[in-house]
Amino acid sequence: MATGQASLPPLDTTRAPEGGEVGAVQSGWRLALREFVRNRLAVVGVGILLFFVVFCFLGPFFYHADLLDVSLINAHDPPGAGHPLGADTQGFDVLGELMKGGQAALEIGFFAAFVAITIGALVGAVAGLAGGIVDTVLMRVVDIFLSIPFLFVVLILASRYGASVLSLSLVIGGFSWQVPARLVRGEVLTIRERDFVLAARTAGSGRWRLIRRHLLPNSLGVMIVNVTFQVADAILAVAYVGFLGFGLHYPNLDWGDMISDGVGYMQDGYWWLIYPVGVCIVLTVMALNFIGDALRDSLDVRLRRR
Amino acid sequence: MSAYLLRRIGTSIIVLIGISIFMYLLLHVVFPSPARVALGLRANNAQIAAFNKANGYDRPVFDQYLTYINGLLHGNLGYSYAENQTVAALFAERLARSIYLSGISLLLAILIALPLGIFQAVRRNSLGDNVATSLAFILYSMPSFFLGLILIQIFALSFPILGFEASQSTSIWTVIGDWHDMLLPILTLVLITVANFSRYMRSSSIDVLAQDYIKVARAKGLPERLVLTRHMARNASLPMITLIGLFLPALLAGNLIVETLFNYQGLGLLFFNSLQKEDYPVLLAYTLLGAVFVVLGNLVADFALTVADPRIRLA
Repeated sequence: MATGQASLPPLDTTRAPEGGEVGAVQSGWRLALREFVRNRLAVVGVGILLFFVVFCFLGPFFYHADLLDVSLINAHDPPGAGHPLGADTQGFDVLGELMKGGQAALEIGFFAAFVAITIGALVGAVAGLAGGIVDTVLMRVVDIFLSIPFLFVVLILASRYGASVLSLSLVIGGFSWQVPARLVRGEVLTIRERDFVLAARTAGSGRWRLIRRHLLPNSLGVMIVNVTFQVADAILAVAYVGFLGFGLHYPNLDWGDMISDGVGYMQDGYWWLIYPVGVCIVLTVMALNFIGDALRDSLDVRLRRR
Repeated sequence: MSAYLLRRIGTSIIVLIGISIFMYLLLHVVFPSPARVALGLRANNAQIAAFNKANGYDRPVFDQYLTYINGLLHGNLGYSYAENQTVAALFAERLARSIYLSGISLLLAILIALPLGIFQAVRRNSLGDNVATSLAFILYSMPSFFLGLILIQIFALSFPILGFEASQSTSIWTVIGDWHDMLLPILTLVLITVANFSRYMRSSSIDVLAQDYIKVARAKGLPERLVLTRHMARNASLPMITLIGLFLPALLAGNLIVETLFNYQGLGLLFFNSLQKEDYPVLLAYTLLGAVFVVLGNLVADFALTVADPRIRLA
């Protein structure tokens, strides 16, 4: 981080005067992008993530695997012709399953993060802007949700109501908005004292307009950074839920589910049931963590300096 | 100082009440009455209604909540119809095993992560630092069950020197003595936790190393060993107190996964089995106790921080 700061152009002299949020934000974004691209790990992370998006969503168009009809004659086929990564207990092709499971993981990851950041940003912005009793009550609610062990509640709801991409996203997102709420509140607390907010108020902006046009756009930096980590955490959460057997059901599947199917066959040496999936999970989550760290280095610091 | 502590305790109590209301309502919506579990699938509606009336499940929700909380405060955690035991008895059987697994893992993780983070900060960007950072990054992104499976593959299947199932003994002392079977579950939790902690310890140590008092200590000719042990270690460890408090929910979740993976008869495995049996009294009690544990842990961490760091004097 220290080296990154040293290589920055003199920021304070070039920044736009406060008030014209469009100009100031754009130049900040461009600088942030330059810094982001310079970070090698970030580029690697983006590369891995893009690979998985292409692999999972476009792969099935080129690689046709039958994931619907059980074919026990192929069960546990080792990697070879016809099944590049072998076949699982039901004779399904592992490579095809990886793509399908990855779709679920990425969809749930991004959608859950979207839910979490939406709730979090609204709660944080309202709490930060309103202050006083509203702030206190909302922050206690955040404390309450922070103390409830997240995985346990997700498991209870998933086991009771069944898991689908939509329900898992809503549940995971609905129980992970606390951190973004705190972050956005912190940003809003400093932004609301700035002159351009005063100007907007003087011009007659209502609270909702202040939040929508001024407070949230200016907290976008912390939100983007947090979303990246949220996606990573959600993908891990799906893997946990799937591994414990409460994930998606046939004909859908998720990565955690695939690993738990393979656990019983470890002593038989069926490595292709476990390691390819595991590596996919680790690589995806790691790529998101790389991106998140790099975004924090390039966005967060700059936003605080501005 | 005492005003701060009092206020902190006050908010914790409010948060605890909020958690209990939320969790009770949630579980009530999810599972209003254990009649089906208690009476079996062939019970008719009249029998279910009679059961609900006899056991108070037809009363208003808030009334039931007050009864439940009253029971909780008197040590009655509810009744598990699936197991035909009180929840308290089920917990008592397994509590010691879970405390042992989590406690020793957390302790070992701290003992490893603190020196590791300091080492990484002092030898910044050296080969050792880079290797440790990369490993931490991989472990940090790894689901704990996958790490457990890799460890099982290496140490129990490829080179069979350790057991792939945790100790099944009912005596906690036998469990503690059974290193052969307990090492892998403990190692799994320790590695995941170290990966979490060492990153923070490293950056916190780097911050401390840049402070003026470290320069002064070096300038007055103090040997580097004393600079590190006397001036740096304690200051760099301070943020870790808060971090450990914040890490408690993850520790509970890690326990659930590791106990399930290694078939260790602790509270996490009990939760998993209860999920499959739809044994909601156990689920409610465990989630609530987990939340209480997290709140208390954070409270203790905050107090510990004010004791350990004399600069913190919040009014």
